Amino acid sequence: MSAPTARTSYKNGANSTYLGMPSFPRAAHAAVRDTTLRANLKHATHTIRDKRAKAVAELGDWADLREAGKQIKDHTLRHLDRYLLQLEEAVTAAGGTVHWAADADEANRIVTDLVKATGEREVVKVKSMATQEIGLNEALEAEGIAAYETDLAELIVQLGEDRPSHILVPAIHRNRGEIREIFTLTMSAWGRPAPDDLTDRPADLAEAARLHLREKFLRAKVGISGANFMVAETGTLVVVESEGNGRMCLTLPETLISVVGIEKVVPTWRDLEVFLQTLPRSSTAERMNPYTSTWTGTTDGDGPRAFHLVLLDNGRTDVLADEVGRQTLRCIRCSACLNVCPVYERAGGHAYGSVYPGPIGAILTPQLRGTASELDASLPFASSLCGACYEVCPVAIDIPEVLVHLREKVADQGGKGHRLEKAAMKASGWVLNHPAALATAERAASLTRKAHPRRLPGAAAWTNTRDLPELPAAPFRDWWKRNRTS
Amino acid sequence: MSTGRDRVLARIRRALADAPEAPEPTRSYATTHTSDDPAAVLDLLHENLADYRAVVHRTTEDDIALLLMRLLAERGSQSVLVPPQLPPHWLSAADPTRIHDRAVLTPADLDQVASVVTGCALAIAETGTIVLDGGPDQGRRRLTLVPDHHICVVRAPSQVVASLPQAMPRLDPTRPLTWISGPSATSDIELDRVEGVHGPRTLEVVLLTES
Repeated sequence: MSAPTARTSYKNGANSTYLGMPSFPRAAHAAVRDTTLRANLKHATHTIRDKRAKAVAELGDWADLREAGKQIKDHTLRHLDRYLLQLEEAVTAAGGTVHWAADADEANRIVTDLVKATGEREVVKVKSMATQEIGLNEALEAEGIAAYETDLAELIVQLGEDRPSHILVPAIHRNRGEIREIFTLTMSAWGRPAPDDLTDRPADLAEAARLHLREKFLRAKVGISGANFMVAETGTLVVVESEGNGRMCLTLPETLISVVGIEKVVPTWRDLEVFLQTLPRSSTAERMNPYTSTWTGTTDGDGPRAFHLVLLDNGRTDVLADEVGRQTLRCIRCSACLNVCPVYERAGGHAYGSVYPGPIGAILTPQLRGTASELDASLPFASSLCGACYEVCPVAIDIPEVLVHLREKVADQGGKGHRLEKAAMKASGWVLNHPAALATAERAASLTRKAHPRRLPGAAAWTNTRDLPELPAAPFRDWWKRNRTS
Repeated sequence: MSTGRDRVLARIRRALADAPEAPEPTRSYATTHTSDDPAAVLDLLHENLADYRAVVHRTTEDDIALLLMRLLAERGSQSVLVPPQLPPHWLSAADPTRIHDRAVLTPADLDQVASVVTGCALAIAETGTIVLDGGPDQGRRRLTLVPDHHICVVRAPSQVVASLPQAMPRLDPTRPLTWISGPSATSDIELDRVEGVHGPRTLEVVLLTES
C-alpha cells in the first residue's frame, strides 16, 4: 500500500524503529530552524495549556485525585503478576481470548496470525500508542494486510507518510493549510477522494475525513485497538476518545483485537472514577471526552463476536525492575507534559526519534529500548529539568528525577557517556552564553529532586536558536506556576 | 500455557523481587463537587451538556410525545430507529417511518436512517455525560453510532447523579457501556475543538421530569 507523497514526507523505514534517526541535539537543531513547525507547535501547545489549567482548577480536590491515581498505579505495579492473572481469568470467563507477547515481534506475529485466520485483507484501527510502538502497521503490510488509521490526526500522518509528533495529537506539527494539501493530494489513492472544493476550515477538513473513512468503517470485518485501562476484577477494557472512530472500530467489526501494555491494568472498576476525572482534563482539557467505550469480553447480539486481548511487555518489565525508573509505568498517556515543555515546544516531537515524544518520551524510550544507540542515550539530556512536566502530571511522575537517574546511567556507560556529555555541552552553546538559564536549571533540580546527581546536569537546553526568549531568573517552575492560570 | 505468558510473568516477578510494599490507595478525594439538591444537580447537568454543544430540552411524560414529534420534524427526518423496548407513547405522535432494529440490519442499512431515539442508563451532571448500557430502551451500540442524529431521553431525577464516584456503583461493567459527553468532536487540527466527526453530529438530550 502506498500513496502519493505530500509536500513533506518523512520516509525512512518503519514507524517503530526510526532507522537512521539523528540523535536529539542534531534533530532538535534542525527543527528549531523550521519556522512553520515552530509556529504550529507554539500555537497549539499554548492553547491547550491554558485550557487545561482552567479544567483542572474546576476540581478543588485535584491534588487528592492525583495522589490516589499515583497510589493506585503504584499498588498495581507492585502486584502486577497477580492483577494480570486476575484480568486474564475475567476476560476469558467473559468470552475473550488472552495472548501474551514478550516483545514486538511476538505481538506482531500474534496479531498477524489472528487477522489471517479471519481471511480478511484489511483492518480498521483506533489510535493506539502500543501498536505504533511495535510497528504493527508495517508488520501487517509485509503480510499483505492493509491497516487503516481512523483517528483524524493519525489519518493525516498516514496519508502524509509522516511520523507522529505528539501523543494525543500526532499531527500537531501540521497546520490547516498543510492538512488540506495532504487530503487533496492523497485521499484518492486510499479510497474516497477529498471534495474538489475542499477549504482549510477545520470543520470542512473533519467532514472530508468523515466521508473518506465511513466506507471503510461500514465494510470493516476486523478492528484493532489499544486500551486506556483494563480492569482486573471484571475483565473490562476502556477506550477514551473524541471522534467516534473508536466506537466504530470497537462495535462494527466481527473480530476485535486489542494490543495493550501490561501496565494499563487497574485493580477495580471503582478505580476508574479517579482516572476518568484526571485523564480528560489533563489531556484535552475537557470535563469529559465525548466518547468512552467499555466492554467485557463479548456480548451476544452487540458488537464483535470474537475478542482477543494481546498483553504486551516489550521492555516494560525492564522499566519495572528499575527502582527509580518504574514510576514511568504510571503514565496514562495524557500528554500534558508535552504541552508545557519548553524543549518540546521548540524542538517538536520528531526530534525524540520515537512514538513517545516530549518529557515522558525522554524517560520512557531509553528505558524501553536501552541506551545503546546514540539517539536513545541522548534523550535523557533533552530537558532543562525545569519541572513543569512533574507539576502537570496527573499521576505525579517525577520526570526530572528519572532524567537525572538516566543521565547517570548513560555517564556510567563509560566512553560513550563522556562523549555525549561533551556533545551536549557543545550543542547547547546557547545555554553557555546564558549562565542565568543554566543556574535556573540547576537550582530547579536542586530544589526538587529527591535523588541528587553525582554530577551537575550539564546540558540544560538543546534548542540552539537566537530568538529563544530569555528564561527568567526565577526557577522556571515558579514562573510557570505564576503564569499558568492567567 | 504459552511460552510468552510464562516469560512475561517470570520477568515481572524478577523485576519486583526487591520492590518495597505499596499499600492500598487512600481515597481522600471528594465523592461529589455538587450540592445534594436534585434541582441543582439537574441544572448542572443541563448546563454542562449545553456547554459541550448538546441541544438540551426539558419536558414531562404528558408532553414528551409532542416534543419528540417536533424535534424529528424540525430535523426533517424521514426515518427513525427504534430500540426494542422504547416506551411506545414517546413516539406516538411522530411522523417519520419507524425502523425497528433487527439483527439482519447491516451497518450500511443503519447509515440510511436519519435519527435514533433512546433512553439511557444514567447521566452524570458534573461532566455532562450520558451513559448507555444497551438496555432494552437503548438497544445495541451501533444504533446510536451510525445515524447522524441522536435524541436521548434522561429521566430526572431517578437517572441523574452528580459525580463519577456516584456513578460507578450504579453501572454494570459486564454490560457494554458507551459514555457520551456532547456530540462527536476532534481537537486534531491545531488543537482547536470542532464538533462532528464520525459519531452523531447532532446530540439532543431530553430531560424528562418524573412526576
